[in-house]
Amino acid sequence: MACEDYKDLMMGYLDEELSAEQIRQFEEHLKACKACTAQLQEFRQLKAITDQMTLIEPEDRLWQQYWDGIYNRVERGMGWLIFSVAAILLIIYGGFKAIEDLITDPTVGLLLKIAMLALLVGLAILFVSVLRERIFFWSKDRYKDVRR
Amino acid sequence: MSSVCEKELILTEPARRGSKEAFETIVKMYMKKAYSIALGLVGNRDDALELSQEAFILAYRNIKQLKPDRKFFPWFYQILRNVCFSHLRKTRSRRSQSLEKIEEQGPVADVDDSFMPDVVAERNETKDRLWKAIGKLDQKHREVIILRHFQNLSYEQMAQILFCSRGTVMSRLYYARQRLKELLGTEKGGD
Repeated sequence: MACEDYKDLMMGYLDEELSAEQIRQFEEHLKACKACTAQLQEFRQLKAITDQMTLIEPEDRLWQQYWDGIYNRVERGMGWLIFSVAAILLIIYGGFKAIEDLITDPTVGLLLKIAMLALLVGLAILFVSVLRERIFFWSKDRYKDVRR
Repeated sequence: MSSVCEKELILTEPARRGSKEAFETIVKMYMKKAYSIALGLVGNRDDALELSQEAFILAYRNIKQLKPDRKFFPWFYQILRNVCFSHLRKTRSRRSQSLEKIEEQGPVADVDDSFMPDVVAERNETKDRLWKAIGKLDQKHREVIILRHFQNLSYEQMAQILFCSRGTVMSRLYYARQRLKELLGTEKGGD
């Protein structure tokens, strides 16, 4: 086998993740290969520095507030969802009532009736278009196919 | 470790049924780990806090997708890494867009300038350089370095949460460390 074939074993050897047979196989290669021995030494130096490195832990206050931060955002999301559904229902109801009143009102001129109707139809088309776009993006959502 | 797994499996079912208390316990079990991984992936404290919380929110909303016989953490890890990598892509995109507007700009700033060494404990020059070098690795190589060195995961555990083989883990570690050596100049005896 060429040195290239030993690169994975070198990592396992460095991290003490090899079986006894793999260790024997790799050490045999090391005896015959100065390049891999030198490379292993460099990796050992790098590992020594990396193993010394730790990251600063945040203060306890942050952990005490961590769940509250999540729960508040979940709750707020629910609030917005309920609010949006209610607002949409009210707008649809109001729209229908407005159209009904407009059509049955004899004092309103025909041109105004047509203009108002066109305005509402335009709004409905815009709403459907935005909704369709949202559904399209949702179907492409990167979290939808999270492996489990 | 096994008691953590048992506890996790006991909690997962009620969490799937919508129990806030069970999910809260799961969050408290993994919040430090999630924050620490996010910090390793994105490089700064504020983003790590925000993104790890966002990942838990997504997990809460999608918990029903977690199959009953599966462990929570490997599933959650997929969400966390997606959230972090997506954030990095957005940051990079915003940065390159703003740079395009500036004429006579020098070489494009590195994507991972956000890897400031102020998050490193007991700092020295070597550690600072190493942290910045980790920030310059590409995502999948940075990920294996973080999981191995800062989370102390075994190859088996890494393979499990990365959905790949042990061989792939070893191969990614090799290229990640090789790149780190180049960045630190250790091959020239610089360290």
